[in-house]
Amino acid sequence: MAVREKLAFAGVRFSYGEKAILDGFQLTVGRGELVSLIGPSGIGKSTLFQLAAGLLQPQDGEIRLDGEPAARRLGQVAYMPQRDLLMPWRTVVENAALPLEIQGMPRKEAQARVRQELPRFGLGGWADAYPAQLSGGMRQRVSFLRALMTGSDLLLLDEPFSALDGITRMEMQEWLLAMWQQTGSTMLLITHDIDEAILLADRIVVLLGSPISRPVELAVPVPRPRSLSSRSHPAFQALREQIWELLRQSTAAQPVGRYA
Amino acid sequence: MRTVYRGIWFGASLVLLLAGWEAVCRLFAIPPFILPPPSAVLLAVWDLREQLFGLHLWATLREVLMGLAASIVFGIALALAMNLSRTVERLVYPYIVISQTIPIIALSPVFILWFGYELSGKIAVTILFTFFPIVVSTYDGLRAADPEMVNLLRTMGATRWQIFAKLQLPASLPHFFSGLKVAATYSVGGATIGEWLGASEGLGYFGRRASGNFQAPALFASVLLLSVLGMLLFWLAGTIERRFAPHTRTNTPKQMKSQ
Repeated sequence: MAVREKLAFAGVRFSYGEKAILDGFQLTVGRGELVSLIGPSGIGKSTLFQLAAGLLQPQDGEIRLDGEPAARRLGQVAYMPQRDLLMPWRTVVENAALPLEIQGMPRKEAQARVRQELPRFGLGGWADAYPAQLSGGMRQRVSFLRALMTGSDLLLLDEPFSALDGITRMEMQEWLLAMWQQTGSTMLLITHDIDEAILLADRIVVLLGSPISRPVELAVPVPRPRSLSSRSHPAFQALREQIWELLRQSTAAQPVGRYA
Repeated sequence: MRTVYRGIWFGASLVLLLAGWEAVCRLFAIPPFILPPPSAVLLAVWDLREQLFGLHLWATLREVLMGLAASIVFGIALALAMNLSRTVERLVYPYIVISQTIPIIALSPVFILWFGYELSGKIAVTILFTFFPIVVSTYDGLRAADPEMVNLLRTMGATRWQIFAKLQLPASLPHFFSGLKVAATYSVGGATIGEWLGASEGLGYFGRRASGNFQAPALFASVLLLSVLGMLLFWLAGTIERRFAPHTRTNTPKQMKSQ
């Protein structure tokens, strides 16, 4: 396991003042795995990502990268935020080259590397366009490319498709599956869409309780390669029911919750 | 095409306004020392061209440009210092906000008292008028960077300097330029008041002297030149903005191919 482990939370405690978010939290993500995180809104999914990325530090316990305790994780984990957060004054190429520039690569070299990648991301003719000229799906692809350009093989995706319309979203889900298979990256995906979680992931982590300590982990037995038609697979539907039931119980315990 | 139509409409309304003004002056035989007709104003500009363009316009322009330049340099420096140090920010920012509520015109004689009736006094009053819009807009711009964007850069391992250079600085440019446009128009007012308070040259001095002698056409000629000067400075600031903050442009690059 020590070799295969990409990211691990071991006994992590974190609270905002009095409000404990995580306590004795355990989670292990294997190399090359695609794991979906699902849970009611406000339960602390974003906090979990901020901890993983190194923006926050655990108050107790440790976070490991590649099996080693990693106190400084900034610059080691790629993060794709919910909003695309593209800089309006930078073109597509300039936006995607940002992580390389920050790592100290000369601007020209960084942009040349990005240009090679653009066709694979369906952004072939758009290198010098500004974000305002792109559709929502294209902006998310630029944001995803930017995350990949960090060179990190661990990607945190925070509800990456929640702002997109239904059709674009389905296209992007299939596209993300293809990218995951090509790159072999480890991906952690926050979503509030149960179908999306099942369609994409090897494993689903249902975050429950306040504070969260031991999340419910469910393997996804739907065979790969998956496509949108996988939704009619019996295992898909059984899992969907099971997750619904878990979330229903949690909101019954906390009447103010909303499914997320 | 839209801008051409707007231009035509503006030109038509201007012609209409001037014609109406001229007609009112002539029809009601208004004495020229109360309200000179536009033709008399233009004639005055022509008759006084050597004084106006040879001496007074340059004097005012020099005060305006030097005052504005000093405000830009010191304004940006102070905004950067406040952005860099929380101590400086806490010490200085409240006074900047309070100073916005003080009638600047009332302070102008104080500045003349301190900096003299020479060029330095006029520059000081111009700085008084233009400094605050530049400091406030630049500082607000530096702080306007999206905190989520800051966090994203931090996850990429960015240093504080990189966050400043790649995010805060470019994000502040539109704010800085809107402050600069305000300051550019204020600067003409500042220089004019500086000249009213005591000068021997400049359009403000010229206008005040003309007013004292009931030479309304000459007064209006100086007002016209001051207005044109303000408009030119505003236009110049807008042009520099389009050059250095191109993302505020709305037109699309031409060479775009679809995928």
